[in-house]
Amino acid sequence: MMDETATRDHMSWYQATARQRLAGLLDPKSFVEFIGPSERVESPHLHIFDLPRAFDDGVIIGRGALGGVPVLVAAQEGQFMGGTFAEVSGAKLVGLLRAARDHKDLPQTVLLLLDSGGVRLQEANAGELAVAEFMRAIVQARSAGVAVIALVGGKSGAFGGAGLTAGVCSRVIVSEQGRIGVSGPEVIETNKGVEEYDSRDKALVWSVCGGKNRRLLGMADAFTADSMAGFREAAKAQMTLSAPFNIATLQAEQKRLTERQEKLGACDDANAMWKILGVKTPEAVADMDAAGFISLANGIKDSNHDAR
Amino acid sequence: MLNLKYTHTAKRRAAGTKKEALIGVVASGNLEVLLERVLPGAACEVEIATPVKGFDATWKAVVDEFVERSAPGGLRISINDGGARPDTVFLRLMQGCAMMESE
Repeated sequence: MMDETATRDHMSWYQATARQRLAGLLDPKSFVEFIGPSERVESPHLHIFDLPRAFDDGVIIGRGALGGVPVLVAAQEGQFMGGTFAEVSGAKLVGLLRAARDHKDLPQTVLLLLDSGGVRLQEANAGELAVAEFMRAIVQARSAGVAVIALVGGKSGAFGGAGLTAGVCSRVIVSEQGRIGVSGPEVIETNKGVEEYDSRDKALVWSVCGGKNRRLLGMADAFTADSMAGFREAAKAQMTLSAPFNIATLQAEQKRLTERQEKLGACDDANAMWKILGVKTPEAVADMDAAGFISLANGIKDSNHDAR
Repeated sequence: MLNLKYTHTAKRRAAGTKKEALIGVVASGNLEVLLERVLPGAACEVEIATPVKGFDATWKAVVDEFVERSAPGGLRISINDGGARPDTVFLRLMQGCAMMESE
């Protein structure tokens, strides 16, 4: 008989649903959902467009434990409407972060399983507001001592509001498939032309938005293989590493970004940036396995910093 | 949106004590099925919300087959459909029923 735990550990994060990710990440039977599907808090807008709703509006929130440590969690379902920020799903995310900020008896670590292309266009005003409120709530929670950790490795990546959200978290964990950005490749191509950015050139897209580049540039603090066990171990490690959120941290981040711009601003592609960062054979990075890449990235000075 | 509702009397009450289960995702060619153990005896209700119109007879046939082949007594089953094929619907119903019986 197959060992159930081993099967769960090897399961692909990228292929899994949000509920499968929560089951694979958290300690068995520890998850308790807030505003679960049977409460039917669904989108009040989608029916106007004759579009199907989801019982949880594509966001699952709750509490659980990871390695015995209590955590709050939120998971976006990237397959439902592109894992969007909308009125109900946004309110659930904002409410979770405000609860963490205000109630010290709640777990003071929040894991955000981001998987989203950004705002849901059918309820765009509510969605944009949700992104702004969510980012504000994250910053306020961090100011109150809460560690907010983003896990990015889903099919929709973390674009638009999700990309911005990742930018304000205490720590970011990414897999190779976990793309992070604000405007996605198609959006850039539409606005700036195919000569600026060819969204069909997948090698180019992955070398810009993909997890390996994001890790080497220091946008992500940890890299993991695409598996439940990989994300679980990375999250356990990152939970203890959040820098205090204060003016010194922000100034350090500003300094880091200014220096990065000076150092890499003239580069035309990822290989040129990686070379400057100290990767000896940048052309070999794409084919590196997770373990090899993790040890490479951990040895690059600019990829590892206390700012954020 | 097309809303359908079917009421059945199952062969027997669904095994297990699990209160509710959710399986599947509302995505293209997929659906989500929410099962709740809230009905008395062997009663079974299936409610469907689908944006695809004109397949009432197919939905009825799939639900009839599901009730015949399993024992969903006591379950209220709610479906948000994303345009799933009948075989996918049947698979999700059977998966959901198995989840309810798992504990």
